[in-house]
Amino acid sequence: MTQTLRTSSEAPQAAPAKRRGRRSATLITGCVLSGLIFLLALVSLVWTPYASDDTSGGRLTGPGAGHLLGTDKLGRDLFTQLMTGSRIAVEAGLGSVLIAAVAGVTLGVLAAFAQGWLDDTLSAFLDILIAFPTLLLAMLIVAARSATLGSAVLAIGLAQSAVVARVVRILVKRVLAQDYITAARTSGTSWPWIVAGHVLPNIWPTLVVNLALQFGLAVLAEAGLSYLGLGAPPPNASWGRMLQEAQATFTTAPAGALAPGVLLVLLVIGVNLVADGLRDTLDPATRRRRS
Amino acid sequence: MTLLDIHGLTIRTADGHTLVDDLSLTVAGGERLGLIGESGSGKSLTTLAVLGLLPDGMTVTGSIGLAGTQIVGAREKHLTRVRGRDAAIVFQEPLTALDPLMRVGRQIAEPLARRQGLKGTELQRAVTRALEQVRLPEPDRIARAYPHEISGGQRQRVALAMALACEPKLLIADEPTTALDVSVQAEMLDLIDTLVRERDMAVLFVSHDLAVVARVTDRVLVMKDGRAVEEGDVREIVRRPREEYTRALVGSARRLESALDARRAR
Amino acid sequence: MAPYLLRRFAFLLVSLVLASVVLFVLLRMLPGDPANALTSVGASPEQIAAARHSIGSDRPLPEQFTHWIGQLATGDLGTSFVSSLPVGPEVGSRLNVTVPLTLAAFLLAVLIAVPAGFVAAYKRHTWYGALLSGASQLGIAVPVFWLGMILVAVFALNAGWLPAGGFPPDGWDQPGEAVRSLVLPVVTIALVMSASLIRYVRSATLDVLGSDYLRTARALGSSFGRAMWRHGLRNASVPVVSVLGIELASTLLGAVVVESVYALPGLGSMLATGIAQHDYPVIQGVLFVSTLAVLLIGFAADLVQRIIDPRLRGRLSGGAP
Repeated sequence: MTQTLRTSSEAPQAAPAKRRGRRSATLITGCVLSGLIFLLALVSLVWTPYASDDTSGGRLTGPGAGHLLGTDKLGRDLFTQLMTGSRIAVEAGLGSVLIAAVAGVTLGVLAAFAQGWLDDTLSAFLDILIAFPTLLLAMLIVAARSATLGSAVLAIGLAQSAVVARVVRILVKRVLAQDYITAARTSGTSWPWIVAGHVLPNIWPTLVVNLALQFGLAVLAEAGLSYLGLGAPPPNASWGRMLQEAQATFTTAPAGALAPGVLLVLLVIGVNLVADGLRDTLDPATRRRRS
Repeated sequence: MTLLDIHGLTIRTADGHTLVDDLSLTVAGGERLGLIGESGSGKSLTTLAVLGLLPDGMTVTGSIGLAGTQIVGAREKHLTRVRGRDAAIVFQEPLTALDPLMRVGRQIAEPLARRQGLKGTELQRAVTRALEQVRLPEPDRIARAYPHEISGGQRQRVALAMALACEPKLLIADEPTTALDVSVQAEMLDLIDTLVRERDMAVLFVSHDLAVVARVTDRVLVMKDGRAVEEGDVREIVRRPREEYTRALVGSARRLESALDARRAR
Repeated sequence: MAPYLLRRFAFLLVSLVLASVVLFVLLRMLPGDPANALTSVGASPEQIAAARHSIGSDRPLPEQFTHWIGQLATGDLGTSFVSSLPVGPEVGSRLNVTVPLTLAAFLLAVLIAVPAGFVAAYKRHTWYGALLSGASQLGIAVPVFWLGMILVAVFALNAGWLPAGGFPPDGWDQPGEAVRSLVLPVVTIALVMSASLIRYVRSATLDVLGSDYLRTARALGSSFGRAMWRHGLRNASVPVVSVLGIELASTLLGAVVVESVYALPGLGSMLATGIAQHDYPVIQGVLFVSTLAVLLIGFAADLVQRIIDPRLRGRLSGGAP
């Protein structure tokens, strides 16, 4: 008598070997997608089909031989704009994540070492900060300075550092509760050494995954800000602003209203997939739990 | 009359690892069988297979007859009827085995209501009685408590009360004392022993610890790497272990027993 | 429960005061002089000084702050520098758009995400389970304003079923028109919001499906459906509720972008205008009201969580998502 027993109406789970395959497939797909945009951004530094202020193409021409994707309402080449936009998006993502990483890790480690009321106050403070959407905090900071890419990046990075700080605080607290930390302390290791030698090596896999997710959110936030006119000022072609400008001509020239959005989605999905892939490869604890 | 009849049971993971290999055993009505082996020997999986509760993706071949029902390949609807009525189980970890968000009383009331059709105040009285039977002090207070508000030993008594409330023909105890303090382990074992004797229930008692198994069961089956290594009367096996592996188990059990004796003498 | 409520309420008040101070200080760091917005380009120094005096921005900061807090205590949100109209009633009329928009979007998102997240977890090995997970992956990568643009192009510009934007001038006195103009914005927010919610519901469901207590219930004879109903629903709702609070709060404030796509006269567009014009009382008023709402939502989410989860007793704030 040979039969398969099913405990619920679910199909059997894939074998671990196959799952490992799917895991790296996630990572590879993510790398390819985001790599494509990164490549576009890199190339735009040295070469674009047209100059970004070249309006010789005629207004709102459709996709064709001279202009791969056509032109915008000022006659600028759409593909050129997209390339510049990819550079702004990548810069916004990297810049914000850098700020979030430096400020967030510092704040998070400090908060983790705090005890008693200071600990309560700090975590309540972080909770309040996190309750405010990135976009709103960013709007305030952008308004306080001026509408430039730098302002937007600073704003997004600062808003995200609260999120990173909370994650780091929880992670560090968990590490500090381990027996080997107590052992290191009793043997007289100083705190900076404990942080460098035990805490950071233990939290970095989760931290990297979180920062990758923040990268995607930063790109989205920058697009939102520039859609509202609070990002990089003209003539910089941020994807958000391109979309805002193309909104009125959506039905007559759909390429301009679709292409920046598609690239934006590809980049964000790409880094999210990279984050998922990294989580599964780097973090042994979630590797077992996630299915 | 044979209550549980496992024949040629083999459990494999989806990627082809064999976890239980051609295992056969029988438990007659009212009989007690100990299943012993180190962790990973496949004993817990065997108990889950008896209830048709193996994790997704595991393949089962062979046959498991429980009170006349073929478990292997049975539909979920039939399994639901068999579980609780023919066999009920006490798991190893009482903290996670109970719903953390539900008062203990309601959790015991569930099988009572289902198996005995009780309602209202009658049901409440039955809950209190069930808690008293497992020797819990202040049963009314415990019934109102959440699992995190009572001790590990108390939680395991609650889990036992839930299993007994099903009035099963076979009680499966899967390492029921392993998660408990040594000081309450003995009480728990005596409690299971007494309650099962009163009800004339069959027991399948799983443990890695021969000394523990010997307190409750008469017959024992030793498992290693998913296979049955040795089977026989507990005293016989303790006195004359045939297999190398069983000898090692007996040796460690002896050391524990003498330690326990020394403690009791104090 | 009572001492907890008291402490939690004190926490709320302290947070509110803290947030007001931060808000006030941050705003005063804005470059540019609000008096410029009141006077014409070539105004003389005297005119500017007069303008500053009339709005009180020439007084020391602590005095301005206590003045503002004093006003707040009496329920007065101040007067706009630019329009000279009181901020309070204006915020009130804007809330008539933003609150229905947010609540409807929130409800729709929950209605989509709870069943979809459950199916994505329970049927994760089937093609439609995978499809749902994939759709939510896609959803969190789509910028909300772009989704809005696409929906407008498809359902308003092409099909002509719904208005592309705007809100009837008489507001809710034209209920049919008002509802019609909110349909697309509501769907836009709800779709984006449900994408992230599905992921939380899915992971909460996966936790429950793998839990020992569910196995215990089934091992003792509960059917799968009954065990999920009695034990699964409640346990899965604990992490989801804490996320719901944050999601609702961020939708309320994030409505600013969607209101801009659909040209809706809500709180968000009021804030955007206020920022552009350096109109401190307007910015302060809008942000104060939103902060209050965010804190109240957090308060409610914590309370609901404590009612569901007895283990949270003795903790000041609820569990993190």
